[in-house]
Amino acid sequence: MMATQPTEIPAKKSDVPEGVWVSCDKCGEMLFNKQFEEEYLRVCPKCNHHHRTDARMRIKQLCDEGAFEEFLSDLVSTDPLEFKDRIPYKDRLREMEEKTGETEAIVVGKAYIKGRGVILGVMNPSFIMASMGAVVGEKVTAAIERALEENLPLVMVTASGGARMQEGMISLVQMAKTSAALAKLDDSGGLYIVVLTDPTTAGVAASFAMLGDVIISEPKAMVGFAGPRVIANTIKAELPEGFQTAEFLLEKGFIDRIVQRKDLRSEVARIIDYCGK
Amino acid sequence: MAETENKSSGSSSGSGAYLDFEKPLIRIEEEIARLESLQTGGQRDLSNEINELRTTLKSMTKQIYSNLTAWETVLVARHPRRPILSDYLKGIAKDFVELHGDRNWGDDKAMVSGFARIAGHKVMLIGHSKGKDTKERIACNFGCAHPEGYRKAMLKMKLAEKYGLPVVCLIDTQGAYPGIGAEERGIAQAIAVNLMEMSRLRVPVVCVVIGEGGSGGALGIGVGDRVSMLEHAFYSVISPEGCAAILFKTGEQARRAAESLKLTSRDLKKLDLIDDVISEPLGGAHRQPEVAIQNVESYLAGTLRELKRVRIETLLKRRYHRLRTVGGFFESVQSRREGKTGVRKGRGVPASRVLVEETGVSTSRKRRIDSVVSG
Repeated sequence: MMATQPTEIPAKKSDVPEGVWVSCDKCGEMLFNKQFEEEYLRVCPKCNHHHRTDARMRIKQLCDEGAFEEFLSDLVSTDPLEFKDRIPYKDRLREMEEKTGETEAIVVGKAYIKGRGVILGVMNPSFIMASMGAVVGEKVTAAIERALEENLPLVMVTASGGARMQEGMISLVQMAKTSAALAKLDDSGGLYIVVLTDPTTAGVAASFAMLGDVIISEPKAMVGFAGPRVIANTIKAELPEGFQTAEFLLEKGFIDRIVQRKDLRSEVARIIDYCGK
Repeated sequence: MAETENKSSGSSSGSGAYLDFEKPLIRIEEEIARLESLQTGGQRDLSNEINELRTTLKSMTKQIYSNLTAWETVLVARHPRRPILSDYLKGIAKDFVELHGDRNWGDDKAMVSGFARIAGHKVMLIGHSKGKDTKERIACNFGCAHPEGYRKAMLKMKLAEKYGLPVVCLIDTQGAYPGIGAEERGIAQAIAVNLMEMSRLRVPVVCVVIGEGGSGGALGIGVGDRVSMLEHAFYSVISPEGCAAILFKTGEQARRAAESLKLTSRDLKKLDLIDDVISEPLGGAHRQPEVAIQNVESYLAGTLRELKRVRIETLLKRRYHRLRTVGGFFESVQSRREGKTGVRKGRGVPASRVLVEETGVSTSRKRRIDSVVSG
């Protein structure tokens, strides 16, 4: 279930440097990488497939230029379980840090979106599938508390495979911790906007991702609780077309709107103007 | 897989159901029974031999059960003769008034709720229901609740809140039901709402894992002022089989996954993720269900008495503090690099202990827990 990045095709002509062209994961359309990332925001102009996007790029897309001030950037797990699957969890974390340049699966900070001050959290699907352990739980909670203290709207861009198995029950209690903090924010009348992106599932879906005052989603994002394979095995039947997509959730009444990536900035700003203080 | 074997052999009556590691005990039990029948039929006095065997049985049971591996604990928690919600209802819920339905979709039989009197306390009792025989088990999806189950639980908790009744949740589930209907009706949202609402419910909430604590499906009725476990229950972020399938790429490694996940009451208490461990009778709850049920009752009796004394604002503050600090196993890279021992590790003093000190019931609480432990 790792994030599927657009595959870089080897340059055919000797004068084309590597990584200049990418192909869409969905339709295979060849795209000029720089344009794909900066102009199209990693959305295929041909088939509208919204590609998964790392936290830093997402922040660049969403926030006013230079208007993001990160906090709690250096928290890491202490691995009290000393968990080891194929490799020790500590090594896995180090590997991930080398690969992504991030110490954990979420970036939180204070930001401006079209001039509106917000507390923003963005999850990073390429960091152990943005699963939630003690650090993610703490950063989400801290973001909620900052929103409360500073009387600012909270915006969470979610993407997660769920609770992080390598932290066992420590991960599960983060669901309760973040939800309890959101109860405080709710009691104080603070605005909480969730932006669901592909994929938001399991323990994160069953806690802070589904508790927004307003929940919006990118098109076709996979959102659900149980994994599709687990469900298929349980019911011993094929799953319906479009099951657990944003469109499915919209039809069933669990999200407010589906929004194109290019419109997220203005959409968030609009909602803040209606509800924000 | 052992899980399926165990389940299929799950008959509530008869003595056929035992676990592999219990085989030596079963052999001795059978030998005792044989000698006893010889004795009643006959000429020779075998009481010495029988007593000797009983002593061996006891020490052997103690030896096996005090050294259960995590995987063996999982098997004990899933034992087909382990007391389930319906046994607790019979045993400790006096004058149970079952309240059905979520007033929206239907009545989920995997989640049972209603008014009850436990040790003289009027409460709202909520729990996962697994069913005793095949028919019941199918009717309640083997204790795997749908969204309407979690919404029913919340609706009844709100009712309890309105009339100042404490909430008692007995947790015993493999997990929330993984199915199309569950997703269509928003299982993630239903659980999320319960987590948020339980954190601010204005009555005392006590949660006890009596068997399987299966991930979000367990947590969905598992947020409260006290979260405790029976000694041989387990509580895990994912089933050992599921974890093995994902991380070790084979379900066969469930044993190894069970060890790694630290899912036993002893480990979770050590990590300060639960408040109390309620002891089980020698050889597990399935050997003497009435003793296990009684231990849970006396635990609830004492805990409810204690929580009801506390002003609700204070209780909510402590509940939040507990939730805010639990599982805080992180540190800053800076302090790690500098070799500082600045590990921010959860709460300094567990909320339960703070409560004990502040309300000055330390000794009575200690005595009560001792009595439960020795029970």
